[in-house]
Amino acid sequence: MGKPLFYPGHTACAGCGQAIGARLVIEAAGKNTIVSNATGCLEVFSTRYPETAWGVPWIHSLFENASAVASGIEAALRYLGKKKEVNVIAQGGDGATADIGLQSLSGMLERGHDILYVCYDNEAYMNTGVQRSGLTPVYSHTTTSPYGKISKGNIRPKKDMVGIALAHGIPYVATASVGFPRDVEKKVKKALSIEGPKYIQIFVPCPLGWRHEPMLTYKMAVLAVETGLYPLVEYEDGKLTQVKKIRGCKPVEEYLKLQGRYRHLFGSEDYKSDLMKIQEIADRNIEKFGLRMFQDKK
Amino acid sequence: MKRFIEGSYAVAEIIKLCRPGVIAAYPITPQTHIVEALAAMVANGELKAEFINVESEHSAASVILGASATGVRAFSATSSQGLLLMLEVIFNIAGMRLPLVITCANRSVSAPINIWNDHQDSVTIRDSGFIQFYAETNQEACDLHIQAYRLSEDPNILLPAMVCMDGYLLTHAAEVVDIPEEECVARFLPPYKPVFKLDPDEPITMGVLAGPEHYMETRFAIHETLTKDVLQLIPNVVDEFEKVFGRRSGGLIEGYRIEDAKEVIVAKGSVVGTIKEVVDEMRGEGKKVGVLKIITYRPFPGEAVYNSLKGIERIGVLEKSISLGSGGPLYTDLKSVFQGRKSSSKVSGFIAGLGGRDITKESIREVFARLSGEQVDSQFIDLKV
Amino acid sequence: MLVPIISKPGTSQKSKTGSWRINVKPNFKQKNCVACRMCVLICPECCVEGEAKNTFRYDPDYCKGCGGCAAVCPAKDIEMLPEER
Repeated sequence: MGKPLFYPGHTACAGCGQAIGARLVIEAAGKNTIVSNATGCLEVFSTRYPETAWGVPWIHSLFENASAVASGIEAALRYLGKKKEVNVIAQGGDGATADIGLQSLSGMLERGHDILYVCYDNEAYMNTGVQRSGLTPVYSHTTTSPYGKISKGNIRPKKDMVGIALAHGIPYVATASVGFPRDVEKKVKKALSIEGPKYIQIFVPCPLGWRHEPMLTYKMAVLAVETGLYPLVEYEDGKLTQVKKIRGCKPVEEYLKLQGRYRHLFGSEDYKSDLMKIQEIADRNIEKFGLRMFQDKK
Repeated sequence: MKRFIEGSYAVAEIIKLCRPGVIAAYPITPQTHIVEALAAMVANGELKAEFINVESEHSAASVILGASATGVRAFSATSSQGLLLMLEVIFNIAGMRLPLVITCANRSVSAPINIWNDHQDSVTIRDSGFIQFYAETNQEACDLHIQAYRLSEDPNILLPAMVCMDGYLLTHAAEVVDIPEEECVARFLPPYKPVFKLDPDEPITMGVLAGPEHYMETRFAIHETLTKDVLQLIPNVVDEFEKVFGRRSGGLIEGYRIEDAKEVIVAKGSVVGTIKEVVDEMRGEGKKVGVLKIITYRPFPGEAVYNSLKGIERIGVLEKSISLGSGGPLYTDLKSVFQGRKSSSKVSGFIAGLGGRDITKESIREVFARLSGEQVDSQFIDLKV
Repeated sequence: MLVPIISKPGTSQKSKTGSWRINVKPNFKQKNCVACRMCVLICPECCVEGEAKNTFRYDPDYCKGCGGCAAVCPAKDIEMLPEER
């Protein structure tokens, strides 16, 4: 079977979605991979000196430069004539990707490096204590977008990172969820078989930040997809080539009510209209990507 | 081969001879000619390297960090705001013990925005663990780059190096420079052999999280390497350089007519050339003056400086930077070496040339004159208020 | 002077995170398992392994008791049971 590429003994929370995601990614990529990791939960829980959970060459530099460091690694491999044999993955959380790391990601994508970028989207800056990021969804409570007497939590929708990645004209862009682990592996393998910059965004629930039982991580990761809130899509050379169709689109309430970060909505008198706002986001995704498996059913 | 060539282009020729595998470049005045020349060399197949047009200096430093970590010799150049923008990466590179060389085309820092020469940019990173050299001439700038790679990649050193050359005054000045032969450089600077690198055949984790139980020793190690190994190795590198290239260049410090001087100015960078001329003129008038050039600023060659100056009555540190609210960094470094020692030298600090204000021979005579007056800590020269 | 600040693979195994379990542990019944390997894929600790049907097991040295394996098993062949510590 070979040596593990991601070892146990790391200090992720029980039920951590990102740990699942990171493991799936590196096992799909294989041992001939160099990883450039941004600062965040994954970096911290997997590399507390003198221990490391990584069985592949791995480097962490700073919060916003995983893509730039990866660009340097890729350039060095090209100089050495080794790029064809070695995968280069740059990865980070949603904050490291959509906010502080957006510039270096954009530079990497634009220059056409042969790098797979993986964004682990748990919808907030989790490592620093659950603060709002550019990928925090509408009405989600975080410590810097808290609900309060005059606030319903974060009011801005998620930044369209898929759209931003597509705007760079790269050969492969996809979203995935750890609720569908085989799909994650398939997409990573497919991406790594394509030369050029690739972007995969993986939905990873965070029991601590979202305030749900660790046991529900898998269910969260599936429900988000089944409500249409997190469409699983695949773009090749800019064209939408695949979506994960949903057998019966579940109402968003089923997903939201299981998480403490949305609990404040359920007690409020605006609860129906607030929920409707989130449902509209899901409905727009269902419409845009044709997520319904059976057209006439609702 | 001797050529009459602009400083930036001379540095590019030298970098080509050092054979880096990855060059990352973001343009900023007055560094642009260096990276443009290197880009042209790569485009013409004269230099086999990956030339990465990054989208900011923060990424330029990050790219060469990644390249060095993968075991490939890397280069970048920057200045002023660019250096400040890549500041956290600068600390990161040194902390990770990654060898590489960055040229700093010294320029003042904003605000107000000013594109002319002073040393505020590079002195700001003096805490970072980078080895720092300051060049007086374009020849010295060229030679220091070759020596910088040699030092940086030494398996006992493994620290990044920065060669500082005055923006415009050196970068855009054409001087006669001896560009060495390729085989001389190859003899002096063998291919880079990394001690540890990112390699799937031998996986390691780099850039770890180190808690209170582990962090301090890593900083101690860098400090020890700088204050012991680097200071010891630099004179050896200078000797080796002389054997291969036939000229004495680089080093920790250079004393010019200080042996029997009563008054010495200490300075770094191209202004030393002007001071040397003034020293010659004043010597001709019977005045016993001299100048001490600081070539290696980090690690600070305290012992060498002290031993050169301990018998000198009056010392003036003239610098193109200031730690606002305190005084010149070089003055502070030098004065602390004299603290509690036998020497009775009077040491004063002078600030000049900020934002590219010309330091004239008259200004330098003025400094020498002020050495006879009261001791001062951070007196500005040629101020208009 | 060089103080090595790099880590070698496998060193995380020194931390036996199985001590984190509060009061539940998984029970792999190994009765109706269909060898879908979802338990292996979903475990954040990479401490589930197995080959053929009904051979899947977890490593109590590292299992944090998150219950993901039990949640994901399509044959309901894994349950979370109380654990005396």
